[in-house]
Amino acid sequence: MATEPISEEVVGSCVDSHGSAIGMPQLCFDWFPNQIFWLVITLVVIFLVLSRVALPRIAAILAERQGTITNDLAAAEDLKAKAVEAEEAYNKALADARAEAQRIAAEARAEIQADLDDAIAKADAEIAAKAAESEKAIAEIRAGALESIQVVAKDVAAELVTALGGKADADAIAGAVEAQLKG
Amino acid sequence: MASETTAAHGAAGAEHAAEGSSLVFHPMDQFIVKPLFGGDTIAWYTPTNVTLWLFFAVLAIIGLLVLSTSKRAIVPTRMQSIAELAYGFIYKMLEDICGKEGVKYFPYVMTLFMFIVTANFLGLIPTSFTTTSHFAVTIPLALAVFLTVTVLGFVKNGAGFLSLFWVSSAPLALRPILAIIELISYFVRPVSHSIRLAGNVMAGHAVIKVFAGFAAVAVISPVSVLAITAMYGLEVLVAFIQAYVFTILTCVYLKDALHPHH
Repeated sequence: MATEPISEEVVGSCVDSHGSAIGMPQLCFDWFPNQIFWLVITLVVIFLVLSRVALPRIAAILAERQGTITNDLAAAEDLKAKAVEAEEAYNKALADARAEAQRIAAEARAEIQADLDDAIAKADAEIAAKAAESEKAIAEIRAGALESIQVVAKDVAAELVTALGGKADADAIAGAVEAQLKG
Repeated sequence: MASETTAAHGAAGAEHAAEGSSLVFHPMDQFIVKPLFGGDTIAWYTPTNVTLWLFFAVLAIIGLLVLSTSKRAIVPTRMQSIAELAYGFIYKMLEDICGKEGVKYFPYVMTLFMFIVTANFLGLIPTSFTTTSHFAVTIPLALAVFLTVTVLGFVKNGAGFLSLFWVSSAPLALRPILAIIELISYFVRPVSHSIRLAGNVMAGHAVIKVFAGFAAVAVISPVSVLAITAMYGLEVLVAFIQAYVFTILTCVYLKDALHPHH
């Protein structure tokens, strides 16, 4: 089959009278110069287009994209670090505020405690003073009462002696009453 | 023309003999080169359907790689993504295989890949002309790779490039024999490199045309349409895979030129 189209009857003609191919059109050497000529032109044009325009441009696009991705990743890293920093600052502020609040509360409590202690001490003192005064008054009253009892006892004793027909000796009665009261 | 014709050819001939019968097979007619503006002669400069579809390939590549990236968006549009994927795909392939020194040949490898892959996909448009199905296109491509790699190998390594054929890891007695085998395989490279691409693309397109011929018979036509659909899906894969294979082999050959030592 391979050598067929160049057998003597088809040399110079690869198409029969009906317009159909004789053998393989691929092996029609009459057409080779034409095909090779246009192929070379095509390849040169494609090569020029690719090497001058298309390939540098695509390379630039890919490099630019790589750069953009790298930059974006770096920016994301930065932002993440900033976020962590901000969170730390927030936590620190929160802890500070808490400590401050506790300090103020403790101070207030201590102040109130001091006031309270003062007031209690003052009240205790007053109570003690009042109690002492009262005791004094009670003692006075008790002393007064004893004297009154002696007077009354002496009077009663004198009256009793008189009523029983005796003669009331004031001094003897007074001494007897005193002796009785001392018990 | 009857006795020495091929099966497909014979079918076409038989069809001509009985014009009007329902089965029509012209699987190879889609590969005929025709002048664009009439006339019978095809000189080397004549604008033909080859010219037209090569021109479309150039337009497609400009649209895909230049226009789609014109906005230089950081967040790419769909078309820009495709351009970037194609760039990254070939760049990584070249770097993986050839190392850092290979990167400066990236525009050449990218040109080859973009041309083959767009030409293959344009060829899948119904009624289009598939430029990469022609040996006249793939042989110059493969020869260009072969000559570049050979010249580059000698320029970079001098006579040291010949160590590519001297397998130093093999026993000494075997090395001359291996050298001959390596030498043959080296010179077969452009042949396999070009025929693999054109053969795959041509065979798929021809098979689709044969199935399409069967569609004329009402009983078989549903099967035929299904077969065409399946074949078309396969051809979409082939269109990409063959471009990929051609490019990766180019990278491997380039690696041999840059580092010829086994």
